[in-house]
Amino acid sequence: MSVPSDLLYTKTHEWMRREGDLAVVGITHYAQDQLGEVVYVELPEVGRSAGPGEELGTLESVKAVSEFFAPAGGEVVEVNERLNDEPNLVNDDPFGGGWLVKMRIREESGLLDAAAYDRLVAEESH
Amino acid sequence: MKRRPLRDEPLIFEKNPERRRRGRFQLPPLDVEPVDPASVAPAGQVREPIEELPDLGELDVVQHFHRLSQLNFAVDEGLYPLGSCTMKYNPRINEVVARLAGFAHVHPLQPVSQVQGALRVMWELQEALRVITGLDAVTLQPAAGAHGELTGMLMIRKALEARGEHRESVLIPDSAHGTNPASATFAGFQAVEIASAADGTVDMEALDRLMTDRVAGIMLTVPNTLGVFEPRIVEIADLVHQRGGLLYLDGANLNAFVGKALPGAMGVDALHINLHKTFSTPHGGGGPGAGALAVSAALTPHLPVPRVIRSGGRFDLEWEDAASIGSMRGFYGNFLVLVRALAYIWGLGAEGLAETAEVAVLYANLVRHRLAPAYHMKYDAPSLHEVVFDDSRQLEHGVNNGDISKRLLDYGFHPPTMSFPLIVHGALMIEPTESPSPEEIEAFCEAMLAIAREAEENPELLHEAPHETPVRRVDEVEAARHPVLRWEPAGREEPQG
Amino acid sequence: MHRWIGAGPEDRKHILSELGVDSMDRLFATIPDEVRVDRLELPGPRDDGSLLAELEQLANGNVTQDEMPSFLGTGVYRHVEPAVVDAVLQRAEFFTSYTPYQPEISQGTLQAIFEYQTIITRLAGLEVANASLYDGVTAMVEAALTAHRVHRGKRNRVVVAETVHPVYRRVLATYTEPLGLEVVVVPAGPDGRLDPERAAAAIDDGTCCLIVQSPNFLGVIEDLAAAAEGAHGKGALAVQVVTEAASLGLLRGGGDHGFDIVCGEAQSFGIPASFGGPHLGFFATSRKYMRQMPGRLVGQTVDTDGRRAFCLTLATREQHIRRTKATSNICSNHGLMLIAATVWLELLGGGGLGELAAACLACSEDLKRRISGLDGGWRLAYPESSTFNEFLLLGPGSGAELRDRLVQEGVLAGVPSRLWGGGWPDGLLVAVTERTTRSDVEALLAALGRVV
Repeated sequence: MSVPSDLLYTKTHEWMRREGDLAVVGITHYAQDQLGEVVYVELPEVGRSAGPGEELGTLESVKAVSEFFAPAGGEVVEVNERLNDEPNLVNDDPFGGGWLVKMRIREESGLLDAAAYDRLVAEESH
Repeated sequence: MKRRPLRDEPLIFEKNPERRRRGRFQLPPLDVEPVDPASVAPAGQVREPIEELPDLGELDVVQHFHRLSQLNFAVDEGLYPLGSCTMKYNPRINEVVARLAGFAHVHPLQPVSQVQGALRVMWELQEALRVITGLDAVTLQPAAGAHGELTGMLMIRKALEARGEHRESVLIPDSAHGTNPASATFAGFQAVEIASAADGTVDMEALDRLMTDRVAGIMLTVPNTLGVFEPRIVEIADLVHQRGGLLYLDGANLNAFVGKALPGAMGVDALHINLHKTFSTPHGGGGPGAGALAVSAALTPHLPVPRVIRSGGRFDLEWEDAASIGSMRGFYGNFLVLVRALAYIWGLGAEGLAETAEVAVLYANLVRHRLAPAYHMKYDAPSLHEVVFDDSRQLEHGVNNGDISKRLLDYGFHPPTMSFPLIVHGALMIEPTESPSPEEIEAFCEAMLAIAREAEENPELLHEAPHETPVRRVDEVEAARHPVLRWEPAGREEPQG
Repeated sequence: MHRWIGAGPEDRKHILSELGVDSMDRLFATIPDEVRVDRLELPGPRDDGSLLAELEQLANGNVTQDEMPSFLGTGVYRHVEPAVVDAVLQRAEFFTSYTPYQPEISQGTLQAIFEYQTIITRLAGLEVANASLYDGVTAMVEAALTAHRVHRGKRNRVVVAETVHPVYRRVLATYTEPLGLEVVVVPAGPDGRLDPERAAAAIDDGTCCLIVQSPNFLGVIEDLAAAAEGAHGKGALAVQVVTEAASLGLLRGGGDHGFDIVCGEAQSFGIPASFGGPHLGFFATSRKYMRQMPGRLVGQTVDTDGRRAFCLTLATREQHIRRTKATSNICSNHGLMLIAATVWLELLGGGGLGELAAACLACSEDLKRRISGLDGGWRLAYPESSTFNEFLLLGPGSGAELRDRLVQEGVLAGVPSRLWGGGWPDGLLVAVTERTTRSDVEALLAALGRVV
């Protein structure tokens, strides 16, 4: 399955969609599939600053915890409060309703386009 | 043969729903004037009796717990081959001695002259464990293995401080039990992961590279969580000591070599012993255990207080010692658990202890031999008291270790350990212990082989398992997504999430 | 051939031959010679009868609290022990089973824990309770560490009342020192209570929690509402420690006064003194801090047929998953002691628990009154302060001297109040329960009369 072509991706399986100087961040379909059913999401505080690749929060399944990372440097301006009651959105709609945070981006580098990300997933699946 | 039906047992709060007065447990007669609590207690502090707990007659409560008990599987029912848990027989004589009034009805703060028997029990157990481990001294304070780990790591920290050294990190193999890194962290260390070699043993090259003078030492489990004995343990201890560090041994797998090998001879500095594993004290549905800690002479000065000491024929408690790490709990230890462990060690004797390890290892190898045709083993090294398979062959049919475990419940066995060790994906970690009869082991192997066939022929059956248990597969995802952690009377439901 | 080992010599031979191994010794070939031992220096095996005889002899080397009137407390209390409690504990399905990781065959244990959690939350006045910790001491330590986590490690000061049990405070020091936490102790006031103003003054913006015990080590009931206010004023969590759980049968739990965590020792709920262990730590908090709470938790859910079922939940807080970031290193709970407490509480019911607590209060007030009427220098240290079932008694001598003299007179009159130091007078802490009889009291008063 190919990922949406209008997004950018990280090697740690986050996606990013630019909306002006803001960016919406989530995890990919592949990532949620690896995680299993998400039961809880620990989101960062609004106002938190993070450099590219810094840990922003965690995603919990019943038996495991996974961190997710900032795809670019910036400040968290909004978090997806719906995930408190509906963590399953991460599994059901990872590119849409399952978004995690919105950030104001300061610096951006080293992100993958859809084709490059698809190749990464193909390698990892071996 | 079918089991007869069990009625669903409600929560205690759902009984006597009209909350009527009934004959409940009777207190001793009150032969003083009653006092109005409001006249004594500060304003606003007096409570109303809690409504949730109804009045119930004695039989009602007895039946409640009897019916609940029937929903549980237990060692007394059948094989419980949980790897690293050592679910051996809990001898009944231990239960008798632990209930002697002379042990149960003694207050820890009675004068020492009144509790010489209790102090002697602790002394004798300390001595027995010294012999069994070949180490220098023992504390019986820790309430559990993890508690013992923390105690040992705090002592290591203190020993280094006493030397004027401050080392920030501790090496821990990726195959280690989760309590190891957690304990290291709570002792103020940074846990640094050291990758294992292909067979789960320590990668000597990695150790050489990582063991610097900033490292306090290494926490090892021997045999490791794959059931493999660390062949170069003495070399590892020497290297760690040469670089000024200390060796911590997680004793969870002691059942593999009790009476056959001595941690003291391995160069171990601290070893916690799960008395509820190797030394048969009951698991109690989760506890209480006891995590005795044995240490080398290098760490002895830092043992927690209070300590049981002996002078002449008398026993005493030493409460103060500046070199000690302090106290890890209230009072002296899980005493009634310690009594059971002492009875077990005395009951087995030297020969019995060695026999224990022998048969534990023999049975694990028998299981390995019988199941190897059907289940995959990632690491080929010889097994001691436990064997680790994985579900990779069954995955080809869409069946994972979870499905296999749930199906095993239908055959009347407790499943093996699954979510551990982390370095084996889809693990099935089987530890039969020395307690079962050969026929019980045989029946277990037959069940596992039958399930392997079912995985090929009828995977759906396994996906839907268990079929025969009091409740079917429980939705743990829902429990985590919307935690409901207590009962609420109707109309007063908790907010979710 | 030992009776606790399942395979006899013939069985072993049989198995070895199936494995194609010529001796048992070969199975241990991977253990290096240098660490091998031939035979442990321990005596040989004993039969059940000999074991019983030897251990009985050791048990008889103790004097129990049944053999002379006992007024010992300070964290371990002598309450009723209904026969049903031990009868339930002896059910193999409860005591020989493991942690309920496989819920389908552990509903008995899981439901009992769910009932326990519910009852504890009601007593504490809070919303969630865990499936127990080792004891009251470690429960208090875990509360401090929880408060530290809640503040994301940015506040490193713990303020604790001196009137919290000295042994509890010692253990707190052992745990907090390696983590770089600072512990500030607020001295007791002249009325045996924490001075809420002094407490508030000690609490600053770097304080993660204030810890208060009530009833406190001196038996005195603290002003909980004021203490909570002082803590919250600076954004710190308010933690109540309870060492005499029976007090919750009469007094509201700290949750009702705004406390964030109520924790402590539940040994009073049907667990014998046991020379100090195993006991039962309880821990309750508000839902807000649920994910920061240590220990196991049981939740309600359904099975595939829609039937109500229980299971362990929120396990991702725990060490086996979080490892270095775990909320605690704790792995086990005190499961069987939890069952004991749950059976005890359910036998008594809410009404019975209230009655028991009222009896403790009545007996204690009666004894205090009668002591106040004695000559010979016997007096209450804090006659004006409210107590529940424990109080500080002063007399003609130090606490240790008085304790020893009174033992000679045949009474375990109390625990010396300065056994571990402390800024209060040196006397005896006297505990009274519903089991204290008229003849116990007469014996005590007579003994006090003989010690002048």
